[in-house]
Amino acid sequence: MSSVGEPGGPVRRSGVGELATTGTNALFDSGVRTADELARHSGEGPPQSFGRRFARHPLAVAGAVVLLVLTLAAVFAPVLAPSDPTPLLTNAVLADARQGPSWEHPIGTDKLGRDQLSRVLYGLRVSLTVGVGVALLSVVAGVAIGAWAGWRGGWVDSALMRFTDLFLVIPALVVLLVVANNPDPSFFGLFDLPPATKVPGMVLLLAALGWMPMARIVRGEFLSLRERDYVEASRAAGASSWRIVFTHLLPNTIGPIVVFATLAIGIAILNESVLSFLGAGVQYPAVSLGQMIADAEDTVGTDLAYLIFYPGLVLFTLVLAVNLVGDGLRDAIDPHSRG
Amino acid sequence: MWKYVARRALASIPVLLLASVLIFLLVREFGADPARQRCQASRDPQCIVRVRAQLELDRPVPVQYLDEMKSFVTGDWGNSLRSDRSVSELIRDAMAETVPLAFWAVVVSLVLAVLVGVTSARHPGSVRDHSFTVLAFAGIAMPTFWLGLLVIQAFTYELQKRLGLSEPIFYSIPNPVSSGMVDSFRELALPVFVLSVQLVAGWSRYQRAALADELHGDHIRTARAKGLSERRVVWKHGMRSSSTSLVTVVAIDAGALIGGVVVTERVFSRPGMGTLLLAALRDGDTAVLIPWMLVAGVAVILANLFADVLYAVLDPRVRLVSGSPS
Repeated sequence: MSSVGEPGGPVRRSGVGELATTGTNALFDSGVRTADELARHSGEGPPQSFGRRFARHPLAVAGAVVLLVLTLAAVFAPVLAPSDPTPLLTNAVLADARQGPSWEHPIGTDKLGRDQLSRVLYGLRVSLTVGVGVALLSVVAGVAIGAWAGWRGGWVDSALMRFTDLFLVIPALVVLLVVANNPDPSFFGLFDLPPATKVPGMVLLLAALGWMPMARIVRGEFLSLRERDYVEASRAAGASSWRIVFTHLLPNTIGPIVVFATLAIGIAILNESVLSFLGAGVQYPAVSLGQMIADAEDTVGTDLAYLIFYPGLVLFTLVLAVNLVGDGLRDAIDPHSRG
Repeated sequence: MWKYVARRALASIPVLLLASVLIFLLVREFGADPARQRCQASRDPQCIVRVRAQLELDRPVPVQYLDEMKSFVTGDWGNSLRSDRSVSELIRDAMAETVPLAFWAVVVSLVLAVLVGVTSARHPGSVRDHSFTVLAFAGIAMPTFWLGLLVIQAFTYELQKRLGLSEPIFYSIPNPVSSGMVDSFRELALPVFVLSVQLVAGWSRYQRAALADELHGDHIRTARAKGLSERRVVWKHGMRSSSTSLVTVVAIDAGALIGGVVVTERVFSRPGMGTLLLAALRDGDTAVLIPWMLVAGVAVILANLFADVLYAVLDPRVRLVSGSPS
């Protein structure tokens, strides 16, 4: 059966006396096999298509279906939403405050009379945008840094990896809170950064703290791949470093990169929701699921607590679906990583 | 052994120093400007300049850093900008709230993770194994704050209503007049549960995979061939080596635990370190914020050091490896 975390990665092999990196989440670098192990196993057993291997996992397929439905719902939110998620707060709107489920408002209205379903759909949009944006940015940054460290080796590698480890000494959520709390952030006063109260700023902030596991994974892959015979042959034939990295090393690292990207989406979505819940996330007019839960927090302990239920349920389902797909991808890319 | 401990302890000093620089830069360069936060309500255009001078923010950053570190090391942490209470007192009081929560969460999570992991590893592919896998996925995807609110709703409000009790069985907020073991249990049960869910989900998967790996080893076959009972094979021979893997993961998760504490304390209104952090951020109280983060950094580094030492106790080969990691 599929597995969430296996100690196959750097934790167990190189973790001796080192601040090894799983980051804040047991999902990372778990089960992502080193290139050596992949090579050892390749060619074993009957060849099966990637799609068929993925389809063998009922949970992963279910996750993919749910993810597809949620993505469509987010993309078509403007069409699907019964009403405006952030209407002008006229007396007519305010008079609708905290209504129970009805035809007009399928999951009721919040304390300002805004339609919950519409807000959940728009919040889903923000969650997915943040998740995908952060995953893309952290992959680009992580691959660049990991590839540099793994290809160059030596002091470049040591310096970059010590730098990466350092980020793990300060708890990620605390760093996120400190920066997100700043309404006008800048990069050492040189240029302004977008504030985390808007979606682009949130994406940038989460990516700035999300690239480290990717860097570790790519670096590990590169360290082992660059010793291969075909790399040696390519070098002997006079290929440049850039050419070797782009034609030989990166294509052979694509599996772990894809798996990381998927899992990074889920983690970014959770982090965004926590920040929003703690009041440091995206602000009005953007709608976030975490912000909706914080808004309705005072209904806990009353019969109105369904107001926190649906935003959280969508959040939970989304992250669960993304993680199941990620796990299915890992097994489909590397069938031998299964526990 | 002691040489190994000393070497590891020495190696963590530069990490701590670099981390302190990073923390300082983070708060000063990327965090909110405390002067601006405190002058929000003021109409005096000179307010920001005055507050900056008062907080000594107008001096060069390296000088501020050295000053801050000197007072941190000598234990003179100054007063909170907001309440004029001593920072060391604030942190000590907050710690008294947080330590029991974190301690019990780690204990409960470890026990559950080992039990779940061992059960799954001994019967791979069984119904129990599959159910635990699904539960682990659910636990990892669960937003902690949402789970906390749901648990409060279910175990205080709904349960009390259904059973028709005069007061809830568990408390959703600390009881100011609480006394004794029973009250502490009623108060800590829900937050400990909420904080444990994500930890158990992650750790149990590691335990399962590590033990499953181990049970294929030659020493296990030998142990079985000697005719040892299965229980002894698993718990004595399998656990010893697979526990090293779990120890590392637990230490690495120290940072995540601190994050979880912040959220859990916020949901359950517990006046601990998390609540102190959120208040310091809200008030622009850098006098509390910087020592808070230094304490957190020290805690994470100590957790890693502890794990290293425990690792060496469990797996004596480690002590022979040279101190500098690859």
